Amino acid sequence: MTLSVAFRHRFPGLALDIAFEAPPGVTALFGRSGAGKTTVVQAVAGLLRPDSGRVTADGSVLTDTDARIFLPPHLRRIGYVFQDARLFPHLTVRQNLLYGRWFAPERDGASLDRIVAMLDIGPLLDRRPGALSGGERQRVALGRAILSSPRLLLMDEPLAALDEARKAEVLPYLERLRDEVALPILYVSHSMAEVARLATTVVLIEGGLVTAAGPAPAILSDPSAAPLLGLREAGAILTARVAAQEEDGLTRLESAAGTLWLPRVAARPGATVRLRILAQDVMLSTRRPEAISALNILAMTVTDIRIGEGPGALVQLRAQGETILARITRRSALALGLAPGLPVYAILKAVSVAQENVGAGG
Amino acid sequence: MTDWLTPDEWRAVALSLRVSAVAVAFSLPIGIFVAYALARWDFWGKQILNGLVHLPLILPPVVTGYLLLLTFGRKGYVGAFLDDWFGLVFAFRWTGAALAAGIMAFPLMVRAIRLAIEAVDPKLEQAAGTLGASRVWVFLTITLPLILPGVIAGTILAFAKAMGEFGATITFVSNIPGQTQTLPSAIYAFMQVPGGEAQAARLVMIAIAIAMTALLLSEWVGRAVARRIAGT
Repeated sequence: MTLSVAFRHRFPGLALDIAFEAPPGVTALFGRSGAGKTTVVQAVAGLLRPDSGRVTADGSVLTDTDARIFLPPHLRRIGYVFQDARLFPHLTVRQNLLYGRWFAPERDGASLDRIVAMLDIGPLLDRRPGALSGGERQRVALGRAILSSPRLLLMDEPLAALDEARKAEVLPYLERLRDEVALPILYVSHSMAEVARLATTVVLIEGGLVTAAGPAPAILSDPSAAPLLGLREAGAILTARVAAQEEDGLTRLESAAGTLWLPRVAARPGATVRLRILAQDVMLSTRRPEAISALNILAMTVTDIRIGEGPGALVQLRAQGETILARITRRSALALGLAPGLPVYAILKAVSVAQENVGAGG
Repeated sequence: MTDWLTPDEWRAVALSLRVSAVAVAFSLPIGIFVAYALARWDFWGKQILNGLVHLPLILPPVVTGYLLLLTFGRKGYVGAFLDDWFGLVFAFRWTGAALAAGIMAFPLMVRAIRLAIEAVDPKLEQAAGTLGASRVWVFLTITLPLILPGVIAGTILAFAKAMGEFGATITFVSNIPGQTQTLPSAIYAFMQVPGGEAQAARLVMIAIAIAMTALLLSEWVGRAVARRIAGT
């Protein structure tokens, strides 16, 4: 299913002019608070009537201001996971989960048992929302949205109201959802870490406008998009396969760009993982370094350099179709004579890839 | 049970219960609708509607009764129409007493329900909409259960007010024993007769008993429902 969004809307203080396509998978709407991300999902859900524009899902028109079409939210079959779970306080968890079932067409949709197992919420079924923790509530809200058999799932910062521990608790469920339930997801976030772990497509929104859009690996490794994403947060996605768990606590991973050793990755050999390699953790050398403590040395080629206004420079490197970013100083870039086409070695300390930057593949 | 009340007294009590029950039963759906409109919708004339609803609370009851007589009396516009087309007569009938009681109790009912609706987070209703529930279903499955304590409180408050209604009733439908003589009218009538104090006192005791029962019942039901909704 492809979602196609194009609309304009004017608020006091913010004028939105948004156009993008969301192919199957997770499309992340990324941008600062107040950039207009929530307005976009509300327009898709039908909770906001845009001044002008068109929203279609696989050819079926949800909103078309020219044709005076505006499908009300309850007829759109679009699941919405809110930042505040919004569970119904007078219903039990089971009744909350089954709420959408009353209105959904019988035919398709996941079964209650399957979703309950996927989200590990079996023990909560007979409780009421008031007795749940924040993470549990958000998992129930996820299940409730999926069980209403939507054709598209909207998630508006579903983790933003949770502390770090709860985020780490819910994130794996979101990955499972992405990989096990074939539902397109529009995911709003201002956290690059979440986007890097979940997104297949990234749409960057700044001040009511789409400033960049495309497949996540391409956008996240685009040096010219990095300033928009936040330089400190800049980092590319590397896909790798778990090869072996080694005795000294490291995990050996094979990627197209070469072999990597990282601190224990909780995945079985053979599993595909998604690594977020922060640009500021990558060092460059024009010669293969020897007698160095860093374990990961990848032979790559410089494909792009972007010199910033400050003392920094972003270097894009490629090897066998995998792309990463390195953030170094302008002085180093000049001293090494970096230029597109130059072969270099990218050096990455094993311990610099934090656990939260390793996610399930997809 | 009837030996300690004279037939007239008994009739007054029974009539008052009937009048109040009918008044509340008919005004409840309208009250919920008006409360919802005032709490949730923006429309032209909202303040006028709000004023009209509250008018019986601030007008002298005699004025309300007089206005009722003008509109719902046999010669009144609405009264004549209802009589001609539906054979429905309010003036000097118990139905008129119910109408007066209902209108006098309406502001209290609407107020209680409106407060309950305003306390419901519209975001919950929005969430129900995204799960496929139409507006009517959202109201029936989310809003209504959540405002139930307010609805119960409003209903009982309105019932108690209807039981005690005197001024508008006596102005509109007079004080005919067995027809329109409600509990307060009967008390008033007994007080006008020499030696009627004992009868009046008995009825006063009954009025107090009914009021206390209603109050305790509303407390108890309200608490039970609130516990269910609290979600723990």
